Amino acid sequence: MKALLKYREIWLAAAIVVLIGLISTRFPAFADPGNLGQVFNDTSILMILALGQMVVILTRSIDLSMASNLCFTGMVVAMLNAAHPAIPIPLLIVTALAVGLVLGAINGLLVWRLNIPSIVVTLGTLTIYRGATFVLSGGAWVNADKMSPDFIGFQRAAFLGIPVLSWIAILVIALFFILMTRTALGRSIYAIGVNPTASVYAGIDVGRTKFIVFCISGMIGGLAGYLWISRYVIASVEVANGYELNIIAACVIGGISIAGGIGSVGGAVLGALFLGIISNALPVINISPFWQMAISGSAIILAVVLNARGERRQGRIILRKAEAA
Amino acid sequence: MSDVPAPRHIPDRLDKPLSSAIFSWEALLVVVAVAIFAINSFASPYFLDAYSLSDLTFNFTEKGLIAFAMALLIISGEIDLSVAAIIALASTMMGMAVQAGADTPVLVLIGIVVGLGCGAFNGLLVTRLGLPSIVVTIGTMSLFRGIAFIILGDQAYKGYPESFAFFGQGYVWWVVSFELVLFLIAAVVYWFLLHRTSFGRRVFAIGNNPVAAQFSGVRVGRIKFILFCLTGLMAGIASVLITSRLGSTRPSIAQGYELEVITMVVLGGVSILGGSGSILGVVLAAFIMGLVTFGLGLLNVPGIVMSIFIGLLLIVVIALPIVWRRLRGVS
Repeated sequence: MKALLKYREIWLAAAIVVLIGLISTRFPAFADPGNLGQVFNDTSILMILALGQMVVILTRSIDLSMASNLCFTGMVVAMLNAAHPAIPIPLLIVTALAVGLVLGAINGLLVWRLNIPSIVVTLGTLTIYRGATFVLSGGAWVNADKMSPDFIGFQRAAFLGIPVLSWIAILVIALFFILMTRTALGRSIYAIGVNPTASVYAGIDVGRTKFIVFCISGMIGGLAGYLWISRYVIASVEVANGYELNIIAACVIGGISIAGGIGSVGGAVLGALFLGIISNALPVINISPFWQMAISGSAIILAVVLNARGERRQGRIILRKAEAA
Repeated sequence: MSDVPAPRHIPDRLDKPLSSAIFSWEALLVVVAVAIFAINSFASPYFLDAYSLSDLTFNFTEKGLIAFAMALLIISGEIDLSVAAIIALASTMMGMAVQAGADTPVLVLIGIVVGLGCGAFNGLLVTRLGLPSIVVTIGTMSLFRGIAFIILGDQAYKGYPESFAFFGQGYVWWVVSFELVLFLIAAVVYWFLLHRTSFGRRVFAIGNNPVAAQFSGVRVGRIKFILFCLTGLMAGIASVLITSRLGSTRPSIAQGYELEVITMVVLGGVSILGGSGSILGVVLAAFIMGLVTFGLGLLNVPGIVMSIFIGLLLIVVIALPIVWRRLRGVS
């Protein structure tokens, strides 16, 4: 049963290996371990965001405000850093997590307390958070020369030969893996997605759990805010505009069902990697970057078609597993 | 127990008491619209002017046209996030046709046919393959706009014929623009379609319970397919209007429109979960969004700050009735 469950992730991993193989026929250095590490590092932020989105989608909700949250929180930490360069980076990261948490909690409260569908709530906060970034910054940018060297350098520093950004991604992946497979909260998240009514009878507080997943996605959005700004060294209102759909795309390609209850940490990570490899590979094999959008669109449609075939069977298997647990 | 129950009289339509009309969603929207209109007239001396008010309509007509079809689609329980991308693709195709020397009637036809084709593609994926529309249209959104980017890159198409400018810039009578007339005609057509035909009843039935509708002989798949085609068609028409108004095509045209259209529909009282809503509500929501953006524009409020008001409006208008009901329930 467990082997069956891993089925889709294995197929996706195989697709990625084939993709890398195809690219390396045109550009052999692409499959170089060093280069693949670079691709992983480049995709770290998307992977983190996809994991945050995953827990929301698993509960049959959606968080469209993640990219706006990222933009707002990124601006907050960038302005903090520009005004007070002495604030140590770990404290800034905690600030980013806290600001993101507040924004996520607003979403979560509206969904939990007022029972407004999450797509409506986050559609609203999507525009509000980005607008708030403009109000906060007065439309100004925070450029690289205003950021402290530590602010920019922290994620680039190598630890055991791997950049800190990649370590953060690995840490987040590990935490989510523990959350989803080893905790009661993780099981509740799956249970709500599979059958919200049955979850209530099983003693799960559906509303509260949804509130918690929005807090998680908010914190992830905040963390990604700092990482994004310090990576691309510019904070503006336009940061990550429209990126919310890339995050959802990564989840969809990773086999996370928009109907809730189906999906895994491995899937989200591989889905993000798939998109990351495409965007990294296009320039080196001399395809215009303008092709990227159409290719990822086709990949999404293909992934949905393939996943829909498996879902009818897969859904039952997860249900049975949940019953047995 | 031998009493045979008298045959029940089932009215065609329930007579609504006046109180329910007063507390209806549409009434709330009218109040909001009047309030915003009044605030605008006080805030800016330039607001109450025939030409200003005429300019105002351009803020919502194009999105409003799509919102009508989107309303039907959302009532039936589906959604289309690819409408803005359809606009981009249709506009790009029109631009290509101009380069090839096509004239105005051909351009309009191309815009509409491309829109319809894109809608049909979405519809086929959703109804034939049974895929969730939100994911399919996120995919086609990237695909359609991606094709526009492949064709255009960082270039732009210009040189549309002069007669083509009428659709987005022309006036039918005095300050009444062609776009506004089209918007009002579409409002009547969609109102009739949704509220006065059996097709409209079926749309509601599907949204409330697709399985029951299927067993009642409603061709769920076919109706949903038609609704996707209609949404594509309206996006094609909107594309003609926008391209004509701007006089040029870039692949980034109409970026983010899909969320504004959906905001309009939801603000208009259409349940995002499907099954309920009205065209009148959508018309009012379109006016409100136009009023807010135009009024704030007159006060030199930047567009990004306006979006805060739109977002707040969306959440507050949805939350108010819920809070209101809860407060009354407690006391």
